[in-house]
Amino acid sequence: MNSEHGFNPAFNMATIRQAFTEAVERVRMPTPTRLRDLIRQIRAARTAAEERAVVNKECAYIRSTFREEDSVWRCRNIAKLLYIHMLGYPAHFGQLECLKLTASTRFTDKRIGYLGAMLLLDERQDVHLLITNCLKNDLNSSTQFVVGLALCTLGAIASPEMARDLASEVERLMKSPNTYIRKKATLCAFRVIRRVPELMEIFLPATRSLLSEKNHGILITGVTLITEMCENSSDTLMHFKKDSGNREIVPNLVRILKNLILGGYSPEHDVSGVSDPFLQVKILRLLRILGHNDPDASEAMNDILAQVATNTETSKNVGNTILYETVLSIMDIRSEGGLRVLAVNILGRFLLNSDKNIRYVALNTLLRTVHADTSAVQRHRTTILECLKDPDVSIRRRAMELSFALINAQNIRTMTKELLLFLEKADAEFKAQCSSGMILAAERYSPTARWHLDTQLSVLIAAGNYVRDDVVSSTIQLVSSSPVSEQTYITNRFWESLQVANHCEDKQPLLQVAVWAIGEYGDLFMYGSNEDEFERPTESDLIAVYHKFLTSAQVSTTSKQYALVSLAKLSTRLQQCVEEIQALITSFGSHLNVDLQQRGVEFTQLFGNYEQLRPALLEKMPAMQISRISSQNGESSGSFDDNSPEWNGTEGSGNALIESNINTMGENTNILLDLLGSTDLSAGASDLVVATDLSNAVHKKNTRNANDIAPVSNNQDLLDLLDLDMSAPALSATTTTLGGGGDHSSNMNNMLAGLDLGGFGGLDSTAGTGGQGRISSLPTNGNDLANMLGGLGGVGGGGGGLIDGNGGNLLGDLNPTAASNNVTVSPPQNAPKLTALDKNGLLVELVPVIGNDCMKIFMTTTNKSDNTLEQYLFKAAVQRSFNLQMLPPSGYILPPGGVITQEIQVVATSNAVLRMRLRIQYAIDGQQLVEETEVSGFPQQQPSTSE
Amino acid sequence: MIKAILVFNNHGKPRLSKFYQYFDESLQQQIIKETFQLVSKRDDNVCNFLEGGSLIGGSDYKLIYRHYATLYFVFCVDSSESELGILDLIQVFVETLDKCFENVCELDLIFHADAVHHILSELVMGGMVLQTNMNDIMARIEEQNKLVKQEAGISAAPARAVSAVKSMNIPQQIKDIKLPDLPQAIKDLKF
Repeated sequence: MNSEHGFNPAFNMATIRQAFTEAVERVRMPTPTRLRDLIRQIRAARTAAEERAVVNKECAYIRSTFREEDSVWRCRNIAKLLYIHMLGYPAHFGQLECLKLTASTRFTDKRIGYLGAMLLLDERQDVHLLITNCLKNDLNSSTQFVVGLALCTLGAIASPEMARDLASEVERLMKSPNTYIRKKATLCAFRVIRRVPELMEIFLPATRSLLSEKNHGILITGVTLITEMCENSSDTLMHFKKDSGNREIVPNLVRILKNLILGGYSPEHDVSGVSDPFLQVKILRLLRILGHNDPDASEAMNDILAQVATNTETSKNVGNTILYETVLSIMDIRSEGGLRVLAVNILGRFLLNSDKNIRYVALNTLLRTVHADTSAVQRHRTTILECLKDPDVSIRRRAMELSFALINAQNIRTMTKELLLFLEKADAEFKAQCSSGMILAAERYSPTARWHLDTQLSVLIAAGNYVRDDVVSSTIQLVSSSPVSEQTYITNRFWESLQVANHCEDKQPLLQVAVWAIGEYGDLFMYGSNEDEFERPTESDLIAVYHKFLTSAQVSTTSKQYALVSLAKLSTRLQQCVEEIQALITSFGSHLNVDLQQRGVEFTQLFGNYEQLRPALLEKMPAMQISRISSQNGESSGSFDDNSPEWNGTEGSGNALIESNINTMGENTNILLDLLGSTDLSAGASDLVVATDLSNAVHKKNTRNANDIAPVSNNQDLLDLLDLDMSAPALSATTTTLGGGGDHSSNMNNMLAGLDLGGFGGLDSTAGTGGQGRISSLPTNGNDLANMLGGLGGVGGGGGGLIDGNGGNLLGDLNPTAASNNVTVSPPQNAPKLTALDKNGLLVELVPVIGNDCMKIFMTTTNKSDNTLEQYLFKAAVQRSFNLQMLPPSGYILPPGGVITQEIQVVATSNAVLRMRLRIQYAIDGQQLVEETEVSGFPQQQPSTSE
Repeated sequence: MIKAILVFNNHGKPRLSKFYQYFDESLQQQIIKETFQLVSKRDDNVCNFLEGGSLIGGSDYKLIYRHYATLYFVFCVDSSESELGILDLIQVFVETLDKCFENVCELDLIFHADAVHHILSELVMGGMVLQTNMNDIMARIEEQNKLVKQEAGISAAPARAVSAVKSMNIPQQIKDIKLPDLPQAIKDLKF
């Protein structure tokens, strides 16, 4: 302690020597490499590794200079860093140095600093706060270029907070006499409004003078700003239209446009013979918005649009740009008939243009106008169909979309023929979209039932594995609702196509539909009347084909599932080969795939003890009604797209109405299944339905290959359950009384409810072993539970609304009377209440209570709106110095007036004041919404002693 | 609105990347890579518009590009921009570069990446067109460059002095000092 003050020659000598050597080192330290030299070094690198070495060395050096606060070379170092950033190496460590540069007084530094800020800054708050101050200073600078830099940066990276803080500065600069500053401020205002639409008001007065400017820079930015404002709110649109007296906007724009096209050559703004096309395009675009659904405004611009359309030189791209924009405007406003004819003719010319770009925009425009004026577009049909054969992907895509838009009852046959040709040769990326589009069109316009069936078949053949799942289900639906003669016909056609298609693994959807039809209509197919004189296979041939599919490694699990169910059905339709079928089915009892194994076991039972049930259980399905609304289970199925038809069928033997929501979500299925944590759950859930309702189960969308990875313990659980169910004595009676715990009635039938409860047991145990099953949204009574499970089972386990949340709160309780494991937490009444959010009818309140070792915060969310909020998820974050633990919430669905509670425990490790960031997610009608907010004002708590 | 402006060469090496919407550094690189893969496999005789970039924005977005010698200029825009108009804008951008650098080539972009950014920021600001008059852009850029030169003249002096001192290698310089060879000099003295 003493030595610092007292005399200690050795120590002093040492420090002096050290200081001296440091000083020498500093002077001897070489100047940093120049940017130019660095680039040379990097370019000289022969391999990627060499380049990386050079960059890493330089980055290390730059970092060290940042540490040493070397302000002399900061500018040069940042410039190098920006180059390194461009090459794709991480450079975010330069953010703060950029800010230091922007605070410098030199323009050179500011220029690089702001450039770096634009390129490197992320949306972290602290850095943004710093730059807001720099920007504020520079917006008040006396040098126009400094102001320009600040505006440019603000225009590029403004966050909502920055926008709020600096909006008034921007507004002031919009009135600056300097045109250079004014145009930048105008665009900056555009950005501010983009980020924070409420700020629009303060810019309104400043927009008045923008359109009477001479300077094109200000005109173009002004038009941009006004366009944004008009698009943003209809009130503002009206404000601009009705702006008092002589300042009306439409005549003003018309005047500017007229000056541009008739004003003669002005070298300043000429772009290959056209005067400022950019401004013209912007004005035409604004006119389109102003004239939309407004006869008066449209009337005022008819003339000028006609003038532009006829006076524009079209030998160059620039001219066509303007014509293109004019056509769009004519089509969008209430224009005169003659003008529309002119516009469509221009498009016709575009379509024949040799320039690919022009053809592309023509197709694009036709697609936009086809709904307004179909007959005009129909005239170009042959040209459009020609474009389907274009070598350019972009043009082909447009042509395809346009072709679908053009199909109607008159031309469906020819159009389908062309599209089928296209489909056969199309790239993989088109096949899915094209096939779905064709199926939709055929559904709407098909002239006859047989033609419709043939088209479906052709699409399945042409698109192969690229067919989306909805095509499979819609085809099955179609066949099921056709008359018997058509069913026989199409089953024969399916059989034929199976024979012809040499690689069935490439056409699995076809395979699925075909085996479904053969299984379902096996009797008609083999022994019905044969009007069309098809060649029929012998029964053993048929079984041989099934054998081939079922044992092939290339056939997917889903297809095998179809085939297996189909085979079971055939066992009651065929006359001789029942033993072969039984043998084949029994062999699946030991299949590696859980789902197939389960089916094998179940069906085997139907050949053994329950032989007498088989014919009744395997009856033909009733005709399916086509409806595209999935309202019944809508609450539990959160995110289904609208191609999930709901099929209502009456079970032939059971007299019970069985509703099953058969879902065709395609790719969604897998995602939702992933959410379940263990894909096996879905197999369990849907197979329980299989046990009771075989015919519906045929269409279950099961997991594709995911079943293979299910843990063994789960299988055991599920099989146990199944054994239980299968051997339940109730099974021998009518099907409706099957099931264990179903003594509560529901709008599903008892059987399903009972079985599904069993299925939930499976879910529970799986989730328990998996340890991360995230299952939630518990209903509080048995009926709802059964309902939701019905949805769950029908969807193949995919009820989106059901699965989310972070609770370890599993469905522990199978007993329907005790199924409410609401974790209702109730805070003490006298505690202070913090309102975290009160918006759109959603009220989130927090009640902090200081406990012994932690603070407990009780969150209560109340839904005051009339909507049901689903998938409600409450997330909280606190500073590093706190530990946060969230207990599972009481629910995930908020009906109107509903309440969700959740307890949060916060442990402080230092004396900091607690602040909490909240993110609240929920869905209304399947639309995801996110609210974020920050809460402070929590009572101070003592830091935990254990830390 | 323009979401991003990318310039890369025929091998996919980025020469300019400017994003008007925030993306993470690694995502930016992915976007550049994806864009290059999409654009580079297209022939020169097909149209200049491309849909289907999956990383920026989705279906509302288009890639609009032009290919000049060794460089691709790609603008990623949303549906509120005119496709043909953007093509003209690319042309204006390239012509401006050509004027500023006098016959612009890839090397200019490499060695003056910052200058390219400065030019671009006079043309497009925050994703919207700011000024398309080439002469105006050129004039502004020149004025700013003049400002930078002035500063380099006055205030850079101390920095230069420091650097001169720093780069001085004193022992070497002492060695390098040439003194006349004394005996020889003595000999040369002629009396």
